[in-house]
Amino acid sequence: MADPMRIRAQAQGDKALVRVLMSHEMETGQRKDAAGKVIPAWHITEVAAALNGKPVLAAEWGPAVAKNPFLQFTLKGAKAGDKVAITWKDNHGDTRTDEATIS
Amino acid sequence: MTTRRDALKHSAVVAGLLAATGLFPTLARASWTKSAFDARSIADAVKAYGAGAAPAESKDVTLTAPDIAENGAVVPMGVATTLPNVKHLLLLVEKNPSALVAKFDVSDAVEANFLTRAKMGQSSDVYAVAITADGKALFAKKEVKVTLGGCGG
Repeated sequence: MADPMRIRAQAQGDKALVRVLMSHEMETGQRKDAAGKVIPAWHITEVAAALNGKPVLAAEWGPAVAKNPFLQFTLKGAKAGDKVAITWKDNHGDTRTDEATIS
Repeated sequence: MTTRRDALKHSAVVAGLLAATGLFPTLARASWTKSAFDARSIADAVKAYGAGAAPAESKDVTLTAPDIAENGAVVPMGVATTLPNVKHLLLLVEKNPSALVAKFDVSDAVEANFLTRAKMGQSSDVYAVAITADGKALFAKKEVKVTLGGCGG
């Protein structure tokens, strides 16, 4: 199981800036190991965000997203105390959800 | 004792075997648009998300990217737009093995402004594309040079 995400969500007026740092190898499937064998692709394919349980963002990612991915977005109509949940799923079917409270 | 590193290695091996034997659960990635991420060119990737016309350059789409990226493994880039009725925002790197980096769905609850970090194989044009609900594709592009030396210069 992957490490927890680091999520910072800060209220800015009637918006909230959310910054997420995920922990993932993001192997492209293009690289070869020392023996010349291709290292299989292993990367996050889907990212979703929910505000107070309501889906607000869906994204699809390819292997070209950098290792330990960073994501920043702005939620409209969010205020301090609201809960932001981020979920990712990788191409191995592994998934992880973490939640943060907007401050 | 099983360390996290071992556990990760192990799961990678198992998944590799599954993939090799074709037993990989397809359900897990059902909603991932494989055709878009397999596309080699900008136009093909954009088409996979339902854009009808050829992409047109627009100043209403903003691409945030550095002029020079010292490390191709971590290139900060962002896409934003002021256009109404935008459904998807895409980030693409023209010379990557597959052009599409990421697709974001725009909803009423989020601003059409996303930042992330991408990998770049070499210096290339980077595209930010907005696809509207009626199938138009509008883009902004910028050339990003990747320094190989690692310590700039």
